Order: sequence, then C-alpha cells, then structure tokens
Amino acid sequence: MSDVDTRPGAILKNNLWTSNPIFMQVLGICSALAVTNLLTNTAIMTIGVTFVTGFSNLTVSLMKKFMPRKVRMMVQTLIIAFYVIIVDIVLKAYLPEISRNLGPYVGLIITNCIIMGRAEAFAQSNDPIPSLWDGVTSGLGYMGVLMVIAVFRELLGFGTLFGYQILPDAFVPWTIMVMPPSAFFLLGIIIWAGKTAMNREGAPA
Amino acid sequence: MTPALNPISLLFASIFTSNILLANFLGMCSFISISKDMKSSNGLGLAVTMVLTVTTAVNWLILQMLQTLGLVYLRYIVFIIVIAAVVQMLEMIIDRVSQTLYMNLGIFLPLITVNCAILGVSLFMEIRNYSFIQSVVYGLGSGLGWWLAIMALSAIRKKVEKAPVPPGLKGAGITMIIIGFMAMAFIGFGGMLQVQ
Repeated sequence: MSDVDTRPGAILKNNLWTSNPIFMQVLGICSALAVTNLLTNTAIMTIGVTFVTGFSNLTVSLMKKFMPRKVRMMVQTLIIAFYVIIVDIVLKAYLPEISRNLGPYVGLIITNCIIMGRAEAFAQSNDPIPSLWDGVTSGLGYMGVLMVIAVFRELLGFGTLFGYQILPDAFVPWTIMVMPPSAFFLLGIIIWAGKTAMNREGAPA
Repeated sequence: MTPALNPISLLFASIFTSNILLANFLGMCSFISISKDMKSSNGLGLAVTMVLTVTTAVNWLILQMLQTLGLVYLRYIVFIIVIAAVVQMLEMIIDRVSQTLYMNLGIFLPLITVNCAILGVSLFMEIRNYSFIQSVVYGLGSGLGWWLAIMALSAIRKKVEKAPVPPGLKGAGITMIIIGFMAMAFIGFGGMLQVQ
C-alpha cells in the first residue's frame, strides 16, 4: 500500500509528536492563531477541526477508488466544505455565543492546510479506518499545541482560564497577550522548545 | 446595514492597521514557505492581490444572490468554487495576455486556491456587511497589505539567514518570532485609524 507505518500506535505517536502538524510541519496555523486568546474558543475550534479532519479523511479514503485523479483536489475541498458546514450549523444552533466569537474562522477550517495535507498524504493511499484514526490524531496534535498557547494567552492576558478567575486581582494583565503578536511569539517559542527536545532525543529534526 | 466607511480610509486600514496577515493571521501557510525567496514572494504577492480583488467582487455579487434565495448556509462551498474558478480563469487570461507574467506567476496561481486569506476576506466581507465598492476596496487593500508583509518578511529573512540562531529555533521558529515583531510594528499604525 504505502510506506507509512499504519499501526494505530505508530500513527498516534507520529501525529502527536514526531511530525506534529504545527511545530514540525508548520501547517494550519492560518486560522489557528486568531482563536487562541480564549481557552473556550480554542477548545471548540480545535474540536471542530478534529471532527472535520477525521471524517474528511474517512470519506476521502472511502471514495478514493471512484475519484478521478485530475479533479481530486476539488472533490477533497468539497468534502471538507461539507463537514465544515455541519460544524458551522451545529455551532450556530447550540453555541451561538462562541460561533459569533469565532466569526469567519469556522469557515476557514476549509482552507486549513492540515486537513488537505492529511487527505493527500494519508487518506489517498490508506484504508478507511486507519485514515479516520490518522485524521483524529492529527486533529489532537493540533489541539494540544493550540491549547498550550491558549493557556498562556488567556492566563497572562486576562488572568482567567476558561473564563474563571485564576490569578489574584492584584495581577496586571499583559495586554500584549491579547493582541496578535503574542500568538506569534508563543508559537515561535513552542516550536523552539519542541525542536530542541526532539534534537535531544536524537531524532532527525 | 452597510457600515459608513470612506473607501479610501478602508483601503489604508486594510493595508496597515488591520493587515490581513499580521492582525487576522490569514494566509500564513504560503507566507512562511514562500518568503524564503524574495523573487517568488513578489510574484505570489502580485497574484494574491489580483485574485483577492476579483474574487471579493464576484463573491459579493454571488452572496446577494444566495441571500435572496435563502441559501446563505451554502456560502462556504460556493465561495470556494468561485475562488477556484477565478484562479483558473486568471491563469488562462494571463497565459494569453502576457507570457512573461505567466512564467512568473504560473506556479503560484494554483497555490492560491488554498490560501486562507482569499476565503477569509470573502467571509469578513460578509460578516461586516460591506457594500460592493467597500468590498472591492477591502479586497484590494488586503491583497496589497499581504504583498507588503511578505516582501518585508522575505527581506528580513535574508538577513537572519546569516545570523547565529540557536539550532532549535532555526527555520520556522525564528520566522514566527520575526513575524511577531512585524505584527507589533504594524500595531503602531493603529493610532492612525481603526476600522472594524
């Protein structure tokens, strides 16, 4: 089939750590950084991304036999858009507040490079069940990094976590943490830490 | 309700104060991978500006149609298809009109379909209820802002390449931190005018 290791454990480790979509491949940060100033938004957004990655991978894998190679990009995009519309409608119905906060970034899951990347790199050449698992774990790897960034940004920017007061009132919030630049700095630092740890392990970076 | 906005101030706001890349984080993927090379950055910047202006105009018209038909929930799929179609058409037109431009832009055009900035601008245009003129100006300004940002970053990266950077920070890490500084610099423009 393909040279990728398709055992569930190997996929898990690969997607969560050795080729984590964010800090090793620097994919899908487009729509990601904007939502990380509040932990709740980040959680909902990344759950949405995980759902879309998993199911679009499953669908692409199921359809790979009938899909002409020439139009596969377009078909993949449409499959992804279909799942994103589901996420959007569900959010609007059950969590209207968060849906308003996320604004256009829910729709932008469509152009998230991770989803397309996994569909191309994995689902195209593997069976449905491993593809689903691969999509879900990629989503989780993405979730992990974003949650870390969001914890720092919300804690230092507002003094809260999930909207609950954590730091004492005497703490002066760092306004910069709420603004865009901090997301870049934190991601840069996380990439740095991740790569350094990986170099220690002896894995080729 | 359409916001009362002077198109000229909207143009400046979308280039500087609410730069699509540095304030809204859109179009990061190609931004990071292409900015290694200044010539390609220039080509991609031009292509993004062109595609953004055209797709925002077309998507505005289509959105009005969807709204009268009550099919707004289909907008993601429709926008993506419009973007793909416009990119394809632009590719054919450029091929006819100017061979040199085609040689320079050819490889970038397909990349643009999956550039989040393009879809993002269309979605922002929808959420903020821009009028037709405002949408076109916003599309153009966002494109120019993106172009400006990628040129600036590729110039900075050229210098940083020679700098002694810790091994773990090389590549993506240091680039993110540079972008962070750039974003801070652009926030400085925020005092001039603010557009939401």
